[in-house]
Amino acid sequence: MREKIMYALGAVGSALLIYNLYVILLQLPDEANQGAIYRIMFYHIPAFFTAGFCYITALVGSSMYLIKKDLYWDALAVSATEVGLAFAAINLITGSIWGRIIWGIWWAWDPRMTWALICWLVYFGYMMLRRAIDDPTERAKIASVLSIFAMVSVSITWKAIEWWRTQHPGPVLSFRTGGQKRVDSPIEHMIYQNWWALLMIAAVFLMIRMRQEQTQREIDSLRRQAHAL
Amino acid sequence: MDERNFTYMFYGFGVTWAIIAIYVMILAGREKGIQKQLESLRRILEDKK
Repeated sequence: MREKIMYALGAVGSALLIYNLYVILLQLPDEANQGAIYRIMFYHIPAFFTAGFCYITALVGSSMYLIKKDLYWDALAVSATEVGLAFAAINLITGSIWGRIIWGIWWAWDPRMTWALICWLVYFGYMMLRRAIDDPTERAKIASVLSIFAMVSVSITWKAIEWWRTQHPGPVLSFRTGGQKRVDSPIEHMIYQNWWALLMIAAVFLMIRMRQEQTQREIDSLRRQAHAL
Repeated sequence: MDERNFTYMFYGFGVTWAIIAIYVMILAGREKGIQKQLESLRRILEDKK
């Protein structure tokens, strides 16, 4: 059943991504000032939301591990963090490419961008920390605490465009502007639609990664058995 | 379509698809490695029994 859901999500997500690419390139209107480069936003913003969703999933997994002490939840946390890092990398790099054209520079130490980078580094540190601890329960406990603290950096990154009005554009989507329209409806709609596509792909990655974590635990247990014999 | 900055837009799209493709390859490679380890451990255990 789980396999079927995974294949279905993968197929629908991939088809939607391809359909969205067609609409983004050939059907949506141009932006008056930016030229073609504004179309990067259809990946930059959804990738940010997808990474955020993964980090929240990691927070849930980590909290549940500390409550239940079940390694299933730790597997969820590490899988979500790894997938989140991939999407956060898309967000950072596409943002940098957009900045090169619009601002004339690849990177500005603006609060939003700096916090997005800090956030990525914190979660990358989480992955590195896990490699340094051999005992699975000790690793899960320490990593869970770090993951919960890391959520602070996600929250600051989310609010940075409201708290500090500097170089990075402010909120444009209507759910963050209190219903005010700052972009045309078809553009906003496509940002959400591409987010759904990326979310489905991320869910498939998450399921595959979790299955691998579970198989890895099985391998560790078999290895212990082999040593004992 | 307005073709100003098309090259950089292409880079942005390329990076997105490349990261997704690389991650798929990492997952596939890891899956292969894990299955191989599992098989070999099972074989070792069978032999020892």
